[in-house]
Amino acid sequence: MGRKILLVTTDQQRYDTLGCNGGTIARTPVVDALAASGIRYERAHPQSVVCMPSRSTILTGQHPTTHGVWMNGVPLPLDAPSVAALLNEAGYRTALIGKPHFQPFLDPFLRFIENSLGDETVPTGGSHRGFEHLEFATHGPVGPLHYARWLAAHHPEAIGMFYRVLDDQLQVNADGGGDTSAPQVHVNRVDRGWYHTDWVANRTISWLDSLGADDDWFCWMSFPDPHHPWDPPESEVGRINWRDVPLPAGYPEKQAEREAILDAKPRHWRMWYDGSLVSNYEAPARWVPATLTADQVREVNARNAVECELIDEAIGRVLRRIDERGWNDDVDVVFTTDHGELQGDFGLLFKGPYHVDALMRLPLIWRPAPSAGSAAASVTAPVGLVDLAPTFCTIAGLPTPEWMQGASLPTDDEDAAARGFERVLTEWDSELFGVDVHLRTITRAGWVLTTYRPGTVHNGTEGELYDLADDPLQRNNRWDDPACRGIRDDLVADLLASLPPARTPKLLLEAPV
Amino acid sequence: MTASRASIRREVRIRRSADELWEWVGDPSRLAEWWPGITACVVDGESRTITMGSGLPMPERLLTIDRLQRRFQYRITAPLFKEHTSTIDVHDLGDGTSLVVYSVDAEPSTMALVIGGAAGNALQHLRSLVEGTD
Repeated sequence: MGRKILLVTTDQQRYDTLGCNGGTIARTPVVDALAASGIRYERAHPQSVVCMPSRSTILTGQHPTTHGVWMNGVPLPLDAPSVAALLNEAGYRTALIGKPHFQPFLDPFLRFIENSLGDETVPTGGSHRGFEHLEFATHGPVGPLHYARWLAAHHPEAIGMFYRVLDDQLQVNADGGGDTSAPQVHVNRVDRGWYHTDWVANRTISWLDSLGADDDWFCWMSFPDPHHPWDPPESEVGRINWRDVPLPAGYPEKQAEREAILDAKPRHWRMWYDGSLVSNYEAPARWVPATLTADQVREVNARNAVECELIDEAIGRVLRRIDERGWNDDVDVVFTTDHGELQGDFGLLFKGPYHVDALMRLPLIWRPAPSAGSAAASVTAPVGLVDLAPTFCTIAGLPTPEWMQGASLPTDDEDAAARGFERVLTEWDSELFGVDVHLRTITRAGWVLTTYRPGTVHNGTEGELYDLADDPLQRNNRWDDPACRGIRDDLVADLLASLPPARTPKLLLEAPV
Repeated sequence: MTASRASIRREVRIRRSADELWEWVGDPSRLAEWWPGITACVVDGESRTITMGSGLPMPERLLTIDRLQRRFQYRITAPLFKEHTSTIDVHDLGDGTSLVVYSVDAEPSTMALVIGGAAGNALQHLRSLVEGTD
């Protein structure tokens, strides 16, 4: 009997939403306790700031340029390598419960396996990408996934209570609600027990209950929240009064200041803010960020925090069940998310081609199995989600295969220094209705540098360079600062040398998301 | 601002003659054979109704079936679409291969990508079928 692995992911959660990371709005005692007894990473970055590429990195241990999922809507090939398959072949029981998103959701033809399982939880052939048990959910109550089918079968009256994720043009909905009419905010009368957060935990507990006491297992529990829409059960919204929520440090309250900051960045920032450019599908195309008010930021953040609390409590229920099964000493728990959320930074919401901490700095906690005897630590060295798959191999006592491009997460900064954790890379490539944007980013030695490749609104000479120590909010773009020319050239060279070669042929965009 | 309509194009080069490919593409009743996710396809005069894997029917009107140009055009008439025209062209490249081009113009724009994205996958599937690599 070896160490078991519980991977907990959320969707679109910021670093600063956890108490252990300095968050003050949401109460997250369960994850905070994991951090206190485990390893808390202070500079964990995704390799893409949107779901499908990032989740594909978690599964494959590869950068997007290698696994080929360059944007939402590009399906991960079915023969892509998978750490779950490695673990399953090594004898692990495996499950993926919650949001998958390795294939597009917008799929009326049901071409993709993730959307065509019906009520089945065991895929044809016994496993899918190495998972022998699948139960899927996403942000809404409609569609072909298990959660929507369960809700339709057992609580059909609740379906209409949720926010409608897409509008009648199948765009990400811009409709606002709540007290401030903030986009994607909605009063949802659904019973808490019927909400997808508790459903994911319930289904995880049910699967764990099906296992034998001596089974080794790898369970990826994947919550759809706190991704928008911000429509948590209304019964829970009173936990946090949005009027008491402070504005985030990253939100410049004065319009002139906000716009001056944006104007110092490559021009797609200001163009999106003004509503003159939509470069990607993930944010509501009909919403103009310049209309965002301070109160809307407060209400979004309050509801987001409620969703974070519900997730924390759901994780607590799963951990209690693990303890009741007598497994706790042998279970590694990894908590993270796929990417961040702007949530008011620079006057923006949602996500896009904006490689700043709001979207790139992720919560990452690894509580090694207590039986391993690891010491608690905080790691400041840069790490990435690309390092998760090798970490699972290490936990399971398996060698890291050559196709994985990361390394097992360091257990402290000394370990990080000894094993060369110096840099982390993040990519963005989007092509939507004639608009293309391409970013390559390196974070190293307290600096974050982004280069732009030629595209619809960039000529390839633009860039961003921020000193994370002196400018933690990334307001002062040093790209053109002569005093920073040396570090800029050094980082650009390192970035170019570190990026893996691009997969050929390029995979096709098959859906918007 | 995002455009309310969009135009998407996908293409594939196939090692078969244009005439052979036209037998597939130019026959409106054969779509379900080469488009993954279409479970049924019924032609009635100038109308065609396909059934998607989700079970949803999609009514269409056939616009052009031109054997000489090897051009096939149809319009989806479902209420979700404010506008739609899809065009499939088979080009003879003169070396025993052909280029099949699938163009989708639609409003709302999202549906152009939904149809066009699936069409790109269908063209790959068509190549596998006719080249015998499936």
